[in-house]
Amino acid sequence: MSVTIGLERLAARPGVGIRFRNALTNPWGRPRFLRIWTWIYIVWSIAPVVIAVQFSFNAGRSRSTFQGFSLQWYEAIFRTASENFDETLLEALRNSLKLAGLTVPVATILGVGLAIGLARWRSRGSSPANFLMLFPLVTPEIVMGVSLFLIFTQLYGVGLGIPAMLLGHITFSISYVVIVVRGRLFAIGREYEEAAMDLGASSAGALRRVLVPLLAPAVFASAFIVFAISIDDFVISAFLCVQDCTTIPIKIYSAARNAGSPGLNAIASIMMFSSLLAITAAVLIQRVFIKRQEGGGRSAVEDFARFEI
Amino acid sequence: MPTLAGDIVGQRRWYWPAFAAPGLIWLVLLFLTPFYAIMAVAFGGIDQIFAAPVPAWNPADWSFSNFGGVLERLVGGDLEPVFFRTVGYIVISVALCIAIGYPVAYFIARHAGRRKVLLLTLMIAPFWMSYLMRMLAWVNLLNNDPGDPGLVNELLMATPFFDSPINFATGEVARITVIFGLIYGYIPFFILPLYAGLDRIDKAQLEASRDLGASPRSSFLRVTLPLSKQGILAGSVIIMLPMFGDYYTPTLLAPTPSTTLIGNQIQQMIGSTGQGPNGASLTLMLSAFVAVLMLYYLLSVARATRASQQ
Repeated sequence: MSVTIGLERLAARPGVGIRFRNALTNPWGRPRFLRIWTWIYIVWSIAPVVIAVQFSFNAGRSRSTFQGFSLQWYEAIFRTASENFDETLLEALRNSLKLAGLTVPVATILGVGLAIGLARWRSRGSSPANFLMLFPLVTPEIVMGVSLFLIFTQLYGVGLGIPAMLLGHITFSISYVVIVVRGRLFAIGREYEEAAMDLGASSAGALRRVLVPLLAPAVFASAFIVFAISIDDFVISAFLCVQDCTTIPIKIYSAARNAGSPGLNAIASIMMFSSLLAITAAVLIQRVFIKRQEGGGRSAVEDFARFEI
Repeated sequence: MPTLAGDIVGQRRWYWPAFAAPGLIWLVLLFLTPFYAIMAVAFGGIDQIFAAPVPAWNPADWSFSNFGGVLERLVGGDLEPVFFRTVGYIVISVALCIAIGYPVAYFIARHAGRRKVLLLTLMIAPFWMSYLMRMLAWVNLLNNDPGDPGLVNELLMATPFFDSPINFATGEVARITVIFGLIYGYIPFFILPLYAGLDRIDKAQLEASRDLGASPRSSFLRVTLPLSKQGILAGSVIIMLPMFGDYYTPTLLAPTPSTTLIGNQIQQMIGSTGQGPNGASLTLMLSAFVAVLMLYYLLSVARATRASQQ
């Protein structure tokens, strides 16, 4: 909106006092204060991150004075010949991707099985099982980190490092898969399967030929969500890592306050965009496929805002 | 046991549990048992030579000397201020999250109009940005290097009130910095469930209250606010849980002894020799302390799930 139009509108308006009283007394009126507050909040919550991304493209070493656009800090991650080449950044990226890549298939398979099992299994055992599944979602990460650290060093003999971190990531990811897939299972209901079985399918056949295709979008969406939360995880990784297993969040944690260069911003930006990309993929899958199955409905973003554990 | 409605006749009883079994076994081995390990270490001893923890796996061997020692430090000892600081920071942060977040969630749920999708997207975006990335952004902004101050200091120095950069990481300011960091870090997780709660409120109820003569103020206070109480509670609990275990926010933004939280203590103890049982004891106390919050949240989720299934 241009300034002149804004001023014209302003001139045509009643006085401040009246407008203020109107804003308070008309419940369906346009609440200016709330609108401004909301936009300030949104700028406040996003601008710092945008600035951090901007400085990953800085031509200089500074993380607070922008000296022109350059890709040198991305080169510092990927090109060995680059003058700022920092091996630890590439290693962090590699470890993060390795962990997320291995976490996704295992957590998805375990989580989908658990979701189907819990949704269909109705007996005395299912209630505690359900509770056990929900617990990792509400347990403070530090408690989970300490407990895994202790069990790996004291009992299981796994030792610390990538394998231990992988086990940890799978553990906290399973419940997210269950939540996403279970929501879809409730929406589908049992009618399709029962219809298939009335028509002569075995329960395995109904599962394979009816339920699995219907569930597929939710399964893929949950896989992308697992990828994002695994890439972003810090606490569990930090407790289970001693050396040669630095992930991007661990790298940020150890380097942010000292020896930080825009290279750190570059690797952090890569992490952020890969998890945002994964989440976008999850939302799009939900939108395109599930809406096609059901036809219409709310927008995907609104669905996502309802995403609660 | 009577056959439950919906069970398919002829299906074997282990059929559906078998799907859940691998995931459940995984959670028992890598979630429940590890939790038991905290107890075994907390109630165990310490190797006299290597100073390594000696866990007591059998409850009959439990000794409570380490646990008691930490408890004494927590009640009246050197850990007491840390505990009260943690609780204080969390209470202030949650209160401010409600004050800042409620108008935002309310506006988007009620008044966003055609911009709703855009606003929702922008509101949800930080939810999926790594916490560490968002803290890194503030480390950059709050930088106080005199030769190369961060943006916040540059802005402050552009005003006539400041002529040198402020060090946000020490002294009294450090507390404000950490509370600010906690609010910035966790507020998206508060707004989202609150928004969902507000969005579910039936507009007909508001219209009814208006038709029956309530003023906008009283229809907000007597209809909207009570109906969004669940959302406020859910949002508050869901951010308090990670806040109690937070140690990275102070470390990243203002690493001084005056901002040490319980999480910092646990992390230090777990990592140092001879402190294993102490760290485990403190973790156990923290878990007991947040257990009430966790149970509250789980029960309210269970209630909501049951309601949506019917």
